Amino acid sequence: MVTEYVEGSAGTEFNKRDFKVVGTRPPRPDGIDKVTGRALFGADLTAPGMLHATILRSPHAHARIVSIDTSAALAMAGVKAIVTSEDFVKQKGSGNQDTLDNCMARGKVFYDGHAVAAVAAISVKVANAALKLIKVEYDVLPHETDVDAAMLDSAPVLHEGRKFRNIPEGNNANVSGFWEFGHGDVEEGFSKADVIVERSFKTAATHQGYIEPHATLATMGPDGRGEIWVCTQGHYMVRDMAAAFVGMETSQLRVTASEIGGGFGGKTTVYLEPVALALSKKSGRPVKMVMTREEVFRASGPTTSSSTDVKIGMTKDGRITAGQAKLRYQGGAYPNITAMLGAMTAFASYDLDAVQTQAWNVLTNRPKQAAYRAPGAPMAIYTVESVVDELCQKLDLDPIEVRLLNAAKKGTLSSYGPTFDEIGLVATLEAAKAHPHYAAPLGPNQGRGVSCGFWFNFAGNTSVSMSINEDGTVSVIEGNPDIGGSRASISMMAAEELGIPFDKIRTIIGDTNSIGFNDVTDGSRVTFSVGLATIKAARAAIKNMCGRAAQVWGIDADAVDWIDGAAVPTGHNAGDFSPMTLAEIASDQAKTGGPIAGHHEVNADGAGVSFGVHLVDVEVDPETGFTEIKRYTVFQDAGKAIHPDYVEGQMQGGAVQGIGWALNEEYIYGEDGKLQNAGFLDYRIPVASDLPMIDAVILEIPNPGHPYGVRGVGETGIVPPLAAVANGVSHAAGVRMTELPMSPPRILAAIDGAK
Amino acid sequence: MSKIHVSTSINGDAVEYLCEPEETLLDALRNHVGLTGVKEGCGSGDCGACSVELDGRLVCSCLVLAAEAEGKTVSTVEGMADGEKLHVLQQKILDHAALQCGICTPGILVAAKALLEKNPDPSETEVRYWLAGNLCRCTGYDKIIRAVMDAAAEMRGA
Amino acid sequence: MVKVNLWGSLRSATGGLTEVEVDAKNTGEMLKALAEKYPALDPIIEGGVSVAIDGLIYKEAWFTPIKPDSEVVLMPYMKGG
Repeated sequence: MVTEYVEGSAGTEFNKRDFKVVGTRPPRPDGIDKVTGRALFGADLTAPGMLHATILRSPHAHARIVSIDTSAALAMAGVKAIVTSEDFVKQKGSGNQDTLDNCMARGKVFYDGHAVAAVAAISVKVANAALKLIKVEYDVLPHETDVDAAMLDSAPVLHEGRKFRNIPEGNNANVSGFWEFGHGDVEEGFSKADVIVERSFKTAATHQGYIEPHATLATMGPDGRGEIWVCTQGHYMVRDMAAAFVGMETSQLRVTASEIGGGFGGKTTVYLEPVALALSKKSGRPVKMVMTREEVFRASGPTTSSSTDVKIGMTKDGRITAGQAKLRYQGGAYPNITAMLGAMTAFASYDLDAVQTQAWNVLTNRPKQAAYRAPGAPMAIYTVESVVDELCQKLDLDPIEVRLLNAAKKGTLSSYGPTFDEIGLVATLEAAKAHPHYAAPLGPNQGRGVSCGFWFNFAGNTSVSMSINEDGTVSVIEGNPDIGGSRASISMMAAEELGIPFDKIRTIIGDTNSIGFNDVTDGSRVTFSVGLATIKAARAAIKNMCGRAAQVWGIDADAVDWIDGAAVPTGHNAGDFSPMTLAEIASDQAKTGGPIAGHHEVNADGAGVSFGVHLVDVEVDPETGFTEIKRYTVFQDAGKAIHPDYVEGQMQGGAVQGIGWALNEEYIYGEDGKLQNAGFLDYRIPVASDLPMIDAVILEIPNPGHPYGVRGVGETGIVPPLAAVANGVSHAAGVRMTELPMSPPRILAAIDGAK
Repeated sequence: MSKIHVSTSINGDAVEYLCEPEETLLDALRNHVGLTGVKEGCGSGDCGACSVELDGRLVCSCLVLAAEAEGKTVSTVEGMADGEKLHVLQQKILDHAALQCGICTPGILVAAKALLEKNPDPSETEVRYWLAGNLCRCTGYDKIIRAVMDAAAEMRGA
Repeated sequence: MVKVNLWGSLRSATGGLTEVEVDAKNTGEMLKALAEKYPALDPIIEGGVSVAIDGLIYKEAWFTPIKPDSEVVLMPYMKGG
């Protein structure tokens, strides 16, 4: 269901137009391959002479590596190469060095599952047998996996002697980042409040949970040239990292992205790829590596866990006078910026005179976190939206009315710095208020939760190339792996701009040698940025085609316009020529000047922020503490939905990941610092029988920064569910829930505690 | 230990392969028979990506030994379409945009086919419980459930 | 001159200020001028920052023009999922 609400102001890029292809729902170009089993994912490729490699992982949460003896393993029949951290090149930047050290531990292991060595052999069986022959001597150290405990002076220090920038006095050596945002005087703001609520919240680390484990196939010949096939969100990133880690020039490594079986941010870094490349370099044979599910959980990035204090003041009539949050996140053994993003987004939905957020990132003995869909925002906004809900409860105010009263809008100074342009929060809240879901009656033990959500959306480096083929079809090459149907939306935007049918276009993801650089598929950037570059590449091709027509007609190129897929003489005194279609111009291209193509390379800007509002009805069983999701509706501003099916899909999928985070999903560590639930049986992501249908209402408030008004839609959907479900459960159970996941034992304990 | 010789029927074709005694049917299908449409998501029977039918019974091929296929019939996603003509379920998954990344799709299709063979007119709840063993992380299941219900209706001639 | 708003934790690099003024016509000039005027900002800018101009966020775009009345906000470099 698409609801068109308000017309955005014309910005630098956006122009209102009547769309022919954009907004329709054609079948996706990779669809048949994916329903017939033909699509090739990371683990689906083999190569002649291929070896299989597996990784020896640390059994300790924290230990110094005293020595590694690989001689017995290397002597085993069928073993072709072994690598340890010695086989990689020291990196200049600390960020790259951290990523490399996470791929292969150097000096110390920082978490249960940290890679220590890798063996390439003629089979997985032989490689695994060889791992058992590698002798590692560890000096086991005390460990810490809890964020608050790791901030104490008594906590074991992970990176002794390493200095982190901008850390205020009074923090211990595990604090690797500190950030502060906001404006106005919060103390003055609190003094104006009629009611102040102050609460502390905790959220557990969750995993992206993509169903396809990390997998790669790497080859490197004696000529020093390499190839990598990999499931990744960014093959240019893989190329740059893997080349740097094994010490080769970027141009000598070509990376091809396979079909990708989910990423959600978790495939925006490298784990296996540099290792497989180094093993191939040493053995001279192609090397395949595939993680087991246990390895995915133990050693690929989950998101951060958090501990947050929030304080919000409100007047009796529902105006927020000040908001303050202190966010403490741990994202494992290496620095990251997720807490910073939490601090920037926590209050982004509100128009506030006084707001202050402070964030700490803390190092712990857990795997290096990776981005997870709107990183930092879900857990930050969960805390703020829970407190806003409690204030509404205390003051007996309607939660949507209060959000409307305080909603950020065009001209609002955002909590993270800039002033908002056209944004869709008010329209989204109005749509939620007017929806039948909001007025539906609730049964016994049921509660309704509301939450707003926000994400920035990114733009960034993007390259697109297209060729106009002689038969009037168009081949498009882009460089961002397609996770959720983006080849369809890119083909649609090319079709729209060129004025030809969708099925005349084939879009592929080129390898790293085929077009210019592309940032990873992250920050909900692809439909926005690749779409922008596609539109501009099409315009370049159109300019060329108009020039060809003008030459044929013998008129000035400026007198030719492109209308509905054809060059048309429109200028003053242009002459009376019949329109020349793309197919006609294409078929004569050799005679009129050679191949016709268009390309566009840009570090895009102008990504539009996106807001969503979620409504959920839950039922809590007071006997068992079990929560059932009875009804769920997502409202989100898409700017312009290119392919509404896949926009709805992002909204529904994001909501369900958030429901899992709210109710079930949790990294559980034992006293020994080992992960206790490294499998889908014990780390329970939502299954079909847990859920109702997820209604999705798309709003379209155009983004001034995109020719068609597109905003990213991929991430915002995971932001509101944490608080929406928590608020629903709090109402149903009659007690404020402050810790995620709200598993049945936690809900029962809260109900008992409130008695 | 020497390998085991297995004679079986896969998607209607007589197939022979050699496997290790401890090898799974999943690995044999992917590595010896070339049926990489059968996916491995967990290797422990929790995700359903490797779903196949073994003598008409829905199983996780990661929990079946390759040697157990001796004398039996195996159906995978690769056997669903009839040449160029897609199975109704495949077409409905496309029509409803019921896949995003597509890694779970082969398992969902095989599982849904097994359901409709047993129960041509399932309720939404029955579809949800039947597919509860097939994890999808992208879609939130909404469009998958709709696609399966729609396919069931079409196959019943409704 | 353009007014540049800094995120709160940069106060320690500017002697307590969160709004500073520098002479610049584009983002590249602004970043250079900031690093010269407040040397403690240099490593932070070198490490990567984003700049929001009139509400639009730019990463590493030196030649983006800044008007004297533009709202300019220095923001941390962001990476997403």
